[in-house]
Amino acid sequence: MGNPSPQKFSTWAGIVSFLFTRSYLGLILVLAILPFIVPYEAIATQILIFGLFAMGYNILLGYTGLLSFGHAAYFGLGTYGAGLSLVYLKVGLFTGLLIGVAAAVLGAMGVGFLCLKRRGIYFAMLTLAFGQLFYFLALVVFDNYTGGDNGLRDIPVPPISFAGSNFSIIKSPLSFYYFAFIFCALSILIMHRILNSPFGAVLQSIRENEKRSQSCGYNTNRVKWIAFLFSGFFSGLAGSLHAIYYQLAALNTLYWTNSGAAVMMTLLGGMGTFVGPFVGAGVYLLIEDVISVFTTSWQLFVGAIFMLFVIFFPQGIWGTLQEKVRFWHLRE
Amino acid sequence: MIGGISYSSLITQLFMGLQIGMVYVLLAIGLSLIFGLMTVVNFAHGAFFMFGAYMGLFMMAFTGNFWVSLIFVPLATGILGFVVEKFTVRPLYGRDLNYPLLLTFGLSFVMVESVRLIWGTTGFAFDTPSALAGPVNLGFALFPRYRIFVIVVTAIIVFFLWFFLQKTNLGLIIRAGTRDSLMVRVLRIDLSKVWFLVFGIGTGLAGIAGVLAAPMRGVHPDMGIDMLIQAFVVVVVGGMGSLQGAVIAGILIGEVVSITTLFYPLMGEVVIFIFMAIVLLVRPSGLFGEAGLLE
Repeated sequence: MGNPSPQKFSTWAGIVSFLFTRSYLGLILVLAILPFIVPYEAIATQILIFGLFAMGYNILLGYTGLLSFGHAAYFGLGTYGAGLSLVYLKVGLFTGLLIGVAAAVLGAMGVGFLCLKRRGIYFAMLTLAFGQLFYFLALVVFDNYTGGDNGLRDIPVPPISFAGSNFSIIKSPLSFYYFAFIFCALSILIMHRILNSPFGAVLQSIRENEKRSQSCGYNTNRVKWIAFLFSGFFSGLAGSLHAIYYQLAALNTLYWTNSGAAVMMTLLGGMGTFVGPFVGAGVYLLIEDVISVFTTSWQLFVGAIFMLFVIFFPQGIWGTLQEKVRFWHLRE
Repeated sequence: MIGGISYSSLITQLFMGLQIGMVYVLLAIGLSLIFGLMTVVNFAHGAFFMFGAYMGLFMMAFTGNFWVSLIFVPLATGILGFVVEKFTVRPLYGRDLNYPLLLTFGLSFVMVESVRLIWGTTGFAFDTPSALAGPVNLGFALFPRYRIFVIVVTAIIVFFLWFFLQKTNLGLIIRAGTRDSLMVRVLRIDLSKVWFLVFGIGTGLAGIAGVLAAPMRGVHPDMGIDMLIQAFVVVVVGGMGSLQGAVIAGILIGEVVSITTLFYPLMGEVVIFIFMAIVLLVRPSGLFGEAGLLE
């Protein structure tokens, strides 16, 4: 019995624990086959985009402990950044995506700088207020360019050239899904890298006790600002993909209900867990899909379920599962 | 004449700003009261404002009397506030400050969607009561009688609140609880009953603000969110927890919005955010300080 026996993955418990410990790989794997699991492809694409959005949001809420209610701004800046540049500047697809992401990061830079001047509850109020600023800018001030209430319609999606031939990514739902999947998988890997770096550890130390990480010598305001930028980056990427997928920059991507969607998805899935935001996005969108068959006020049910989760399962679906699995392991 | 605008219209607009500010004041005081005692930021405050307007509409259709609905609405929204505090906010005391925010945020979705389900997505007009219709001659300009009524009613409410908080025993308990709730409990005062009441007063104030604003801005399901954001700006500028701060900041922001609308109508919706950004850059802790109060 001298050699330590290799860990066995033959049992269910082993498989589950492998997926939990390397959850980012499991997540990419599931997303790779998602269009064939869910009822139809469109919902898989939505889960991908909003999962990415919620994952970006989770950097702030789940890992840094900052409650933002204005993430629609960065999602919407991505949407309008990509949309406006594709419509008016006639740029290529990747340039359009890049401009969308850049717009979101710049927006996050400015708003983050202002909002981080206050902490705690004031931070939450400020993010909501500044989030709504971008909505009014698109609705009232720049409506000649943005199309105001109607949104920016008929965004051209230029074909991309690959191996000497041009092809259009929106030709079929599946081709767009896998186009977006590549970005999403890369984002998941980057996110994993960020969270497992010393920087990620500082983020979580701020969530646990900001004063203590300050006395360890960290400039916590700077760290929070950088977290805000990363969060804006992923949200903006999700928004840009949204614009290309629908060929439309819709005004409601900037509205506060979109920020609310990010908050709800993240909490439903499990804030501060890696996979949670995608689980939350999936549950949220599937609930929407099922309930909107019967009634248009599906948000009533989502809101009520959300309230129940805040009171009874604040760790969310994935967080509660993780807890259960950990408990199960301990018992063995 | 300034920029092609006559003095009389400027003064009228200043009056308008005072009236807009008064509605902000009512909301900001409610937010501050609830926050001060319970450290709960009520994100559903805008939804209570909207609910108040709908309740007013309902009572007007039922009795046809504005005065009855003015009495009924704060009671109805206050009672709803009692229920909300008792069954949803109470289990969260002692947890992280973010949880009540998240909860009331979800509640605002539920309230807005419920109202949509019951009264439909389109808005309603709310008739100005006939006794308060028409203009009043202020000597230099004509001014809508109803808006003067709003200014006066709000001033009365603020006075009574001040009196209640400063001169009554219950007000003393609320102020003491705001400062040090542990010490109050040591003195064998059951603060949970006071929480209940303060949440009801705060939401009742939001409701009466809703019914007061209804004849001027109409009634629709999304009317709450803009108000909520404006109330947040007032609170960020004036500081959570002080009556004076809420009153001064509320009127100030009402004037800023009103004057900007006169000169640059397009910027009317946006100026409030620019104003807030400037305040944050110049005086990050708000105009009246109080940084550190549970920041």
